[in-house]
Amino acid sequence: MDIDVHKVAMLSRIRLTNDEAAELGPQLESILDYVDQLQQVDTEGVVETAHPHDAAMPLRVDVVTNGNRRDALQSSAPNTQSGLYVVPKVIE
Amino acid sequence: MPFSTLSELKTRLDAGDISAVELARQYLERAEKHNPALNAFVHLDAKYVLAQAEASDAYRAAHGARTLEGLPIAIKDIFCTQDGPTQCCSNILKGFHAPYDAHVITRLKEAGAVLFGKTNMDEFAMGSSNETSAFGPCRNPWNSDCIPGGSSGGSAAAVAAALVPAALGTDTGGSIRQPAALTGITGMKPTYGRVSRRGIIAFASSLDQAGPMTRSVRDAAMIGEAIAGHDAGDSTSVADAPEMNWLAACDRVDMQGLKIGKPKEYFIDGMDAGVREAVDAALAACEKLGAEIVDISLPNTQYAVAAYYVIAPSEASANLSRYDGVRFGHRCENPDDLLDMYTRSRDEGFGSEVKRRILTGNFALSSGYYDAYYKKAQQVRTLIRQDFLNAFEKVDVIATPTSPVPAFKIGEKTDDPLTMYLADIFTIALNLAGLPGLSQPCGAVHGLPVGLQWIAPAWREDMLLGAAAAYESATDWSTKVPQGFGGET
Repeated sequence: MDIDVHKVAMLSRIRLTNDEAAELGPQLESILDYVDQLQQVDTEGVVETAHPHDAAMPLRVDVVTNGNRRDALQSSAPNTQSGLYVVPKVIE
Repeated sequence: MPFSTLSELKTRLDAGDISAVELARQYLERAEKHNPALNAFVHLDAKYVLAQAEASDAYRAAHGARTLEGLPIAIKDIFCTQDGPTQCCSNILKGFHAPYDAHVITRLKEAGAVLFGKTNMDEFAMGSSNETSAFGPCRNPWNSDCIPGGSSGGSAAAVAAALVPAALGTDTGGSIRQPAALTGITGMKPTYGRVSRRGIIAFASSLDQAGPMTRSVRDAAMIGEAIAGHDAGDSTSVADAPEMNWLAACDRVDMQGLKIGKPKEYFIDGMDAGVREAVDAALAACEKLGAEIVDISLPNTQYAVAAYYVIAPSEASANLSRYDGVRFGHRCENPDDLLDMYTRSRDEGFGSEVKRRILTGNFALSSGYYDAYYKKAQQVRTLIRQDFLNAFEKVDVIATPTSPVPAFKIGEKTDDPLTMYLADIFTIALNLAGLPGLSQPCGAVHGLPVGLQWIAPAWREDMLLGAAAAYESATDWSTKVPQGFGGET
């Protein structure tokens, strides 16, 4: 199994140093080699399990139950202003 | 006193022999004395604990006792609590304060429990040894060179050394049962959907469940009863789950008529000989109590770890995408642009095991690989469930070792991630099937505890509790305590 670690890291939005990539690459390959044994299992026509009891996703009534908690929710944010989250400029 | 069960402490509180404040003080003193050697607690605020205990004594005086009135219970650092930090033992959540209580925390408060500190764990519950914690490893009270198991290692160590009488853990692939086994206590993972996941920091949403870690089977039932039940705030918490009498299930003292399945796939070459002996002896004791041992096969067991290490990392990669440095958690200094902020914040905040799992998951879900990995694993998951359904047509419960080996040395398995993954070989299958499981102490190898795992059909925690309570009443493994913590008699 040949894995482009830098590509997967970018998909994951994680910066990897070359040292980290050199260590993670072989580790990922050994993990994926191990899980490749799944290919030996005959799963022709087997339905996938997403919820262990096959329970349907229930709908709730569309009403507000917890009110406006903006200040509490934003108290852990790295940077806010006027109730908005501040991030680096996206559009020049 | 320190090694008393919750039930014994409840009796003493109810009789007025001791107050909640006195009880809290005693455990706070023990934690202060022994935690530096164990690193079981990553946050403990004595003032907060005593304030709750005072409020509990006042409630008892005014209204009478609720089911867990005045009983100290430690909380794994994965549960959101409005009071104190919730950090999931990760640098990316250092200093995070949750804006609300997890549903199970609300339930414990409503039952009168005294929340007793946050316990150490593998970062984001990803690990089997508690060594991936951003707060450093936790140590096993039975041998401080050894790991306590993981990911709920701090909860296990704290209960095993009686720094607290009981704790909450979570179990995604064995994270309650394996550390319970390795520290000689009882741990129960309820049926998926029995306990609300709201406010539990998500790892793998189709597998995660919260449960008790205690000194006895009845104690596990007391906490199970308090935290179980439907929550409209968790769409996977099941609304029409069968009702059950948790405490009455623990009254069982024999096993007359009980059919116990012994799956050959759980007694394998490569497992520790002492563990096999201890579990065989436990099954012989069950026969003496009237049980019939039935040889069974769960043929897809060998694929459980492989299926798990596709499904759990895939779900984790989606769940952990929320740590982006925008709304909460760590943000890197002086980002050049938005992408730099995301990638550097996540590089700095996540430890190496978490990165490994996010990358594994994103690879498995990426374009061109989805069918070969994720879809295939979900199909194998169906076959593993079917194995259990077939087995439960022949037997009432299944008994296995919880872990193939007793506690290993700190650092022994950190070089090769795959070796660590195989530590959960006996616990993972029932998470994939959504079934309840319980581990209880059943022996010792070189002074280290061995766990016996019970597996029951979905919604039959009463079967687990009944079998485990009968075994517990006939043997004395649950009363053993580690040396050096003031429990020697």
